[in-house]
Amino acid sequence: MSTVEQAPTRGNGFVGRAIRRKEDPRLIQGRATYVDDMTLPGTLYCAIVRSPEAHARIASIDASAARERPGVHAVFTGEDLDLEAPLPMAWVPPEVEVNSPEHWPMARGEVCYVGQAVAAVFGDDKYAVVDAAEDVLVEYESLPVVVDPESALEDGSPLVHESLGTNKSHEWSLGGGDVEAALAEAEVVVERRIVNHRTAGAPIEPRGVIADYRAGDLTVWSSTQVPHFLRLFLSLMLGINEEKIRVVAPEVGGGFGSKLQVYGEEALLAWAARKLGRPVKWTETRSENMAVSHHGRDQVATVRFGAKRDGTITAIHSRILADFGAYHMLLTPTIPSLGAFVMTGCYKVPNVQTDIVGVFTNKFPTDAIRGAGRPEATHMIEVVMDQLADELGMDPLELRRRNFIPKEDFPAEVAYGIVYDSGDYHGSLDKLVENLDLDAFRREQAQLRERGVYRGIGFSTYTEICGLAPSRVTGPSGFGLQTGLWESAMVRVHVTGAVTVYTGTSPHGQGHETGFAQIVADRLGTTPDQVEVIHGDTRTGPQGLGTYGSRTLAVGGESAARAAGKVADKARRIVAHQLEAAPEDIEVSGGKFSVRGSPDKGMTLAEVAGEAYIPENLPEGMEPGLEETMFYDPENFVFPFGAHACVVDVDPETGKVEVVRYVAVDDCGPAINPMLIDGQVHGGIVHAIGQALYEQVVYDSDGQLVTGTFVDYALPTAAEVPSFETDRTETPSPTNTLGVKGVGEAGTIAATPAVLNAVVDALKPLGVTFLNMPLSPIRIWQAVEEARGRGSGPSATEQGAEVGEQGAGSAGSGPAAREEHGSGAAGSGPATPGEQGGQL
Amino acid sequence: MPGVPVRITVNGEIREAEVEPRLLLVHFLRDRLALTGTHVGCDTTNCGACTVHLDGEAVKSCTVLAVQADGREVTTIEGMARDGELHPLQEGFWSKHGLQCGFCTPGMIMAAADLLARNPDPSEEEIRHGLEGNLCRCTGYHNIVAAVREAAGGGKAAAVAAPPGPADPPAAQPTTEVRA
Repeated sequence: MSTVEQAPTRGNGFVGRAIRRKEDPRLIQGRATYVDDMTLPGTLYCAIVRSPEAHARIASIDASAARERPGVHAVFTGEDLDLEAPLPMAWVPPEVEVNSPEHWPMARGEVCYVGQAVAAVFGDDKYAVVDAAEDVLVEYESLPVVVDPESALEDGSPLVHESLGTNKSHEWSLGGGDVEAALAEAEVVVERRIVNHRTAGAPIEPRGVIADYRAGDLTVWSSTQVPHFLRLFLSLMLGINEEKIRVVAPEVGGGFGSKLQVYGEEALLAWAARKLGRPVKWTETRSENMAVSHHGRDQVATVRFGAKRDGTITAIHSRILADFGAYHMLLTPTIPSLGAFVMTGCYKVPNVQTDIVGVFTNKFPTDAIRGAGRPEATHMIEVVMDQLADELGMDPLELRRRNFIPKEDFPAEVAYGIVYDSGDYHGSLDKLVENLDLDAFRREQAQLRERGVYRGIGFSTYTEICGLAPSRVTGPSGFGLQTGLWESAMVRVHVTGAVTVYTGTSPHGQGHETGFAQIVADRLGTTPDQVEVIHGDTRTGPQGLGTYGSRTLAVGGESAARAAGKVADKARRIVAHQLEAAPEDIEVSGGKFSVRGSPDKGMTLAEVAGEAYIPENLPEGMEPGLEETMFYDPENFVFPFGAHACVVDVDPETGKVEVVRYVAVDDCGPAINPMLIDGQVHGGIVHAIGQALYEQVVYDSDGQLVTGTFVDYALPTAAEVPSFETDRTETPSPTNTLGVKGVGEAGTIAATPAVLNAVVDALKPLGVTFLNMPLSPIRIWQAVEEARGRGSGPSATEQGAEVGEQGAGSAGSGPAAREEHGSGAAGSGPATPGEQGGQL
Repeated sequence: MPGVPVRITVNGEIREAEVEPRLLLVHFLRDRLALTGTHVGCDTTNCGACTVHLDGEAVKSCTVLAVQADGREVTTIEGMARDGELHPLQEGFWSKHGLQCGFCTPGMIMAAADLLARNPDPSEEEIRHGLEGNLCRCTGYHNIVAAVREAAGGGKAAAVAAPPGPADPPAAQPTTEVRA
């Protein structure tokens, strides 16, 4: 693997400093512009009629009453929507047969999940179109429903799509070594069934779309993470050339992967704007968001670890059943495969194999949610690490240390052939243990147990694959969206010396206007307040690829750094010409371009820019102007890593879990802005605590969505979580000149196993040795009761199997409700924050 | 649907309009007055993104009808900065990185202002419970708590914690007619 020379990221000023965000003044004063804040003159509002059935034939649609309502301009159904292509699925893995049913923005004759769009009403008033939508009469003929992914693969199961003849989407494997031979030879084999239940992205801003078609030009404002992808696929669906389409992602109120998508409503609104000749607007309700913004996770895995008695792990095998819901959306079938790329975790394991089976059920599709495959993989590995430690009678941290890939092995090729760029796993774990004061904790824990307080600690050490790019790897794997996954940036120095950076990434809360400004300011000898960062508009700047997969800084930020470097090179030549020095003697220091050794001799960026636009002041043959474009495609991924610890108190009588302390050490390379890193880690951890303890998307056995609002889907509130103790180590990535790795998903990837291992640690004295998420009060109470009922407690494996079955069946719901919930339906278990905290 | 006349003082300015009886206060603010800083994040009064002050107390404006605000005073996020000076909570959220995507932030600030008006120097636990009606998906709440503590500054912000609309605006107050 090639290694790039690291440019200094500190010392010149702003990189590495916790400067407050450039984004914030507009946001804290209510002056930002999200999609729903805009209304064009003449706008028609859209309300969508959605299926209440999980699987049915549409016998008839009668929209006459709706059409007759005053102010209603049109009602369209799936038959009206004459698009040139269905919604996209952008994964074409070589030599893998993938069944992918056609998925249209509105149903054509059959609905396959609750919430599927059946008709769309357009009218003058946003309340009136909702009234009219209620007047659309749809007659359904119910079809058999399947919601449990394991049942869906059995012979005789109802089929989600009759035309496919199967509910299986595809099978896909990644491995290295000989995992079966290694497991056969292993002195110890631990097998667990790990359930990673369905969750929602739940950004606080629901989606929204405005579309306007004028004289052949289409403009779409959408709350999206990927404006360029959206433009490409709108072009294919609508038959409009890409250059005639402008997609704008204005202020976007969070995404967490759920806005890395090309949604039916985006295509529907663009089509309707052209059809009606009027601007059209649709704003998702929260109930719609829970039903028809893509879900995440929903995997059931059988994980086997083979090891020697001394704790050396020799094999990891995972067989993953991934529930995709009723259709493939943009990246649905790729998500579990992303996890396969980190299935060896931080550990040196010679035999690793991941086998994935994707399955269709009558639910909304899953796709990328914060971490996308990697939280699931990390959860499997880190939970089973603790189970193995238990089996071996070893300290779980000692087991981890024994198997860590040592620092000196990097760059390290792992069993399945990819190369981890850099890492120091002992370093981050040592720092965690020190920050935690583990010895003091264990003393305290013992004292508390004597008083009947069940306090536990759980650990998780993780590495993640980030920085998507590199196209040479992603393309041939079928991940490349047929375009590659590079990123672009353009840096323009105006004649005043002010700088505009255009990036093809599309941040939605991460703070890249600030971070990119710090990077570019240092390279050009200016200050971040002089650097404006423009993003999220396909009509400004070069082609780009959006924000997801912790790629924005490592790929987009590096593009901006390199574009700024090209501008600096030109500036040096201009300064050298002006000051009669050699270009190689000009350096950026002290806020200007100066002659090495003569710091008083130099020019500010504004002075350079002033000359750059006057050709007679430039060296012979130099183009005027001061702007450069960079398309950057990295050589490798980046691999952030870290170590997390969670401390919980569990009440065995009520099953309630309280997170009392959370300590994290993350390594995402040198910090550009440590304040932004901490913020990403905090948010990621709470997202994962939410999944571990409270959140679950639940469908009942009829395919009805039980968790359709924030009343039923319990996002953690401030009252459910503690403050966090975060720290960092800095191991630069050799992949890019900044040395950066990305951190947006780290907390979400690391935290679920830390929480789960902590709860199991707390309950060990009661005989509970294994659990699956969500750790709802009822599930914990049941586990404690079962353990108590069996006296000294069953073996980990036996109990694991039993609890696992509950997890797949109806765990979490009370015994009376057991029959009513389909697989994965932990249902009524998690107490909502509202119940706990008396929300308004 | 026949309109009902309302006269609501918003950020110190009298606004008169005819509204449908079912019009939510949040839609009156956003769609009729173009005060789009108040957001809508759910349809069940859980998320708090729409929090404003009604007669000085935090309410979720998605669960108040515009007609219920008739004759009363509303303060929105747009009314928090005064004379070009940010409110201490706005300063606190900025300096402590108490926001990321910013969508929950206006409601969070309005709820925090209400909290500080009632409890000028809250503990961390009091802040966490005081804000549990407002959801944030980005920050994990850590820096929101820090921002509110910063703004409270040991109680110094109490005087400005709940910016009042003028209690009884004089007749000469500029009136903006909003078309029905």
